[in-house]
Amino acid sequence: MPDLGLDVLWKGSNLLRLLGGLGVALRISLIAVVISIPLGLLLGTLMTGKNVILKFILKLYLEFIRIMPQLVLLFMVFFGSTRMFGWQPSGELSAIIVFTLWGAAEMSDLVRGALISIPVHQYESSEALGLTKVQTYCYVVIPQTVRRLIPLSINLITRMIKTTSLILMIGVVEMIKVAQQIIEANRTTSPNAAFGIYLVIFLLYFLACWPISLLAKYLERKWR
Amino acid sequence: MKNLKTLAVLGLTAVVSLGLVACGSSTQAASDTTDATTAAASAETDQVYRTLDEIKESGEINIGVFSDKSPFGYVDEKGDYQGYDVYFANRLAEDLGVKANFVSTEAANRIEYLQTGKVDVILANFTVTDERKEEVDFALPYMNVSLGVVSPADKVVTNLDDLTADDPLIVISGTTAETYLIENYPNLTLQKYDTYANAKNALENGNGVAWVNDNTEVLAFASENEGYQVGIATLGSKDTIAPAVTKGNQTLLDGINEEIKSLGEEQFFHKDYEETLVTTYGADYVNELVVEGGVTE
Repeated sequence: MPDLGLDVLWKGSNLLRLLGGLGVALRISLIAVVISIPLGLLLGTLMTGKNVILKFILKLYLEFIRIMPQLVLLFMVFFGSTRMFGWQPSGELSAIIVFTLWGAAEMSDLVRGALISIPVHQYESSEALGLTKVQTYCYVVIPQTVRRLIPLSINLITRMIKTTSLILMIGVVEMIKVAQQIIEANRTTSPNAAFGIYLVIFLLYFLACWPISLLAKYLERKWR
Repeated sequence: MKNLKTLAVLGLTAVVSLGLVACGSSTQAASDTTDATTAAASAETDQVYRTLDEIKESGEINIGVFSDKSPFGYVDEKGDYQGYDVYFANRLAEDLGVKANFVSTEAANRIEYLQTGKVDVILANFTVTDERKEEVDFALPYMNVSLGVVSPADKVVTNLDDLTADDPLIVISGTTAETYLIENYPNLTLQKYDTYANAKNALENGNGVAWVNDNTEVLAFASENEGYQVGIATLGSKDTIAPAVTKGNQTLLDGINEEIKSLGEEQFFHKDYEETLVTTYGADYVNELVVEGGVTE
């Protein structure tokens, strides 16, 4: 077996620091997920509504967030808010704000897509059967929409977890940054540590995202 | 029945998520108000930085350092900041009578950190350049950097004027070494490599007679690898490394300058070199690299 320099993990509290970095990444992404998914559901429903002005504003918001690279958004919130308004948000708060805005925007588009994928005849049939609007949504539209949304939103959540690797640029020490610190601190004694550490990071990201995929699979089967 | 169950689940999710949204927005609102007060405070004084007195009053100085550039600023296995820059940062905080709060910065965001007042001073191997001087204020320097030349120990290159077009020099594309050689030695042949690793291989394979790079890099290379010697430790224009503060923060700048001058009397940076750099660069080059009391010759 080639030397992967894995011994550096057992030096001092290196492994704990790496796990702590994963903790930071998960905390930020999961807080953002928890806020942005319901927000996305709400915005997505509004996007299928009839209010033209509201739809235009939401579309503008969605396109803006989608076009901007996440790194630019992070800089805009972390540094830009200080320059413009003199606010001093911490790196973590800035990251949560950006990830929430991003998550809500993408989620709203997924919700909109899932909602308009329900054929019009289903609405009409429901009306013909004498269901009220609320009943139509509760019994016919929402159950189908949620089922269609699961794989899409899982994809979004795992992407949000992985994108936390960017927040080291605004001074948040998360897993990638800790890894770079460990690799650099041992550059001369174990030059191969980069391979080992990045392999461990791969495993840790996998372990963080895999249970979410499993949950999605379970829900999909259950609600079939 | 199945539909009812689905409805119940959905209802529960909706309630939980609404609760979370409420929590989320209330914390948001709380932070907004604190932000607003800070904004009001900074609008009053119309400055992003903290003066020396304000730093002393708060009991903490925010210092931007590298956390992954050994041996200048890095984090050891216990999670503590270490390195040449950090050693000085700790002493600076101690002499100001405050606690050092280290902030991990990247090469690309150092200026932004100062301009938004997110750190009071940057001690992250910050090379003084004319472009940067327009954006931030540099204090007195505490280190020299220039180019260096490393070559195999059995055929040491000590003067570039001895070389001809048949003796190729190894450089990494896009570095200051490449620019310097093109400008000053247009008759020499350059072999350009994209990465550090490729340039290293090329030197080891004997593709070129010597490798020109930042002198810290070549010194580290020679001390890490048997059979190589630094024939020229300083080449070209000497740049310096200095602490930087937000433009206009005169009190802090004066404080740091005084500190560097008084540290010169006790040869502090020689001691710093002994503690942090000697294992990487060897004891022979301390006078090439260290600047005491802010005085460059």
